[in-house]
Amino acid sequence: MSDAMIVLIVLASGTYALKAAGPLVLGDRALPSGLRYLVDLLPAALLAALTLVATVGDDRAVVLDARLVGLFVAGVALWRRAPFWLVVILASAATAVVRAGV
Amino acid sequence: MSSAEETAIRSRIHRQAASIIAAVAPFAIVFGAAAATAGLSVWETAGFSLFVFAGSAQFAAVEILGDGGSVGAAAIAGLLLNVRSLAFGVIMAPALAGAWWQRAWMSQLMIDESTAVGSAQSGRRWQRYGYLVTGIGVFVVWNATTVVGHLVFSGAEEVIHDLGLDAAGPAAFLALLWPRLAQRDQRLVAILGAAIAVILVPLAPPGVPILASMLAVLAAPLARRTPDDGERMSITELTSPAEDEVPDE
Repeated sequence: MSDAMIVLIVLASGTYALKAAGPLVLGDRALPSGLRYLVDLLPAALLAALTLVATVGDDRAVVLDARLVGLFVAGVALWRRAPFWLVVILASAATAVVRAGV
Repeated sequence: MSSAEETAIRSRIHRQAASIIAAVAPFAIVFGAAAATAGLSVWETAGFSLFVFAGSAQFAAVEILGDGGSVGAAAIAGLLLNVRSLAFGVIMAPALAGAWWQRAWMSQLMIDESTAVGSAQSGRRWQRYGYLVTGIGVFVVWNATTVVGHLVFSGAEEVIHDLGLDAAGPAAFLALLWPRLAQRDQRLVAILGAAIAVILVPLAPPGVPILASMLAVLAAPLARRTPDDGERMSITELTSPAEDEVPDE
């Protein structure tokens, strides 16, 4: 068996265990209300972290580049109540324009 | 809820999912290309996208293998990246109720994108719908474009860069976060979570910053206890959101 195949099997089963632990073990059992309050807030932390890491993260370095302009344009578009698809397109376009100009 | 309202919510979720699904295609092409460069066969490459189905972990494992890293190093790096799925599972579990075999297949779709769209909706029904639409859409597109990347590969990375497609992901995540920023405690958690993640990027292995950002929720009670806060919500409102509540667009 190739190395890649072994990694595939180990990584796929391990990843699945991590993905399924919540839904299979926890299920829809009700959490205590204090904990429930914190879990309801988790998406805010998650979405903010995903946003920033995808904007300034580059492997293990923080890199400030044209993506930051894209994110700023996305923020302005959201503030102006632009629809979701337009926000995404404007952010990409702004990033591309900045890069073409550099 | 009237059927007109349901249609409106459904089509809003479809629009959110569509942008995100389209945005993953270029990255799957790059993954396919990277796997080919690392010496993986097309079957092994397709296997990663089908059975691991976690973008960053696939990239990390294949990159380490390509650099001559050990089997153990590749597997452990990939698994570390995916520890955050455990937290996603806790967020999504109530919305993914059902028979064990339903929960079992829905779990395979648990990735950043499906959790982001799912958790951005109000009420379990729409959280589940957003999660499934995004998860299934990304699964199909991710797997198809992985194979294309492996077979056609060259130049994918430059095209993504030139078209600014790497800014599409963060813009989509920001759009999903936006409605939450109206609430004081959510805003505090978002700012703190982003700060924790960015600070950790140079210090911790990839994946850990996202995971650690979730510690920001522990600061939320501070935002609740502040006096003279007109927009403060009661604990009961926050812990038992109305199932049919529709956020502002």
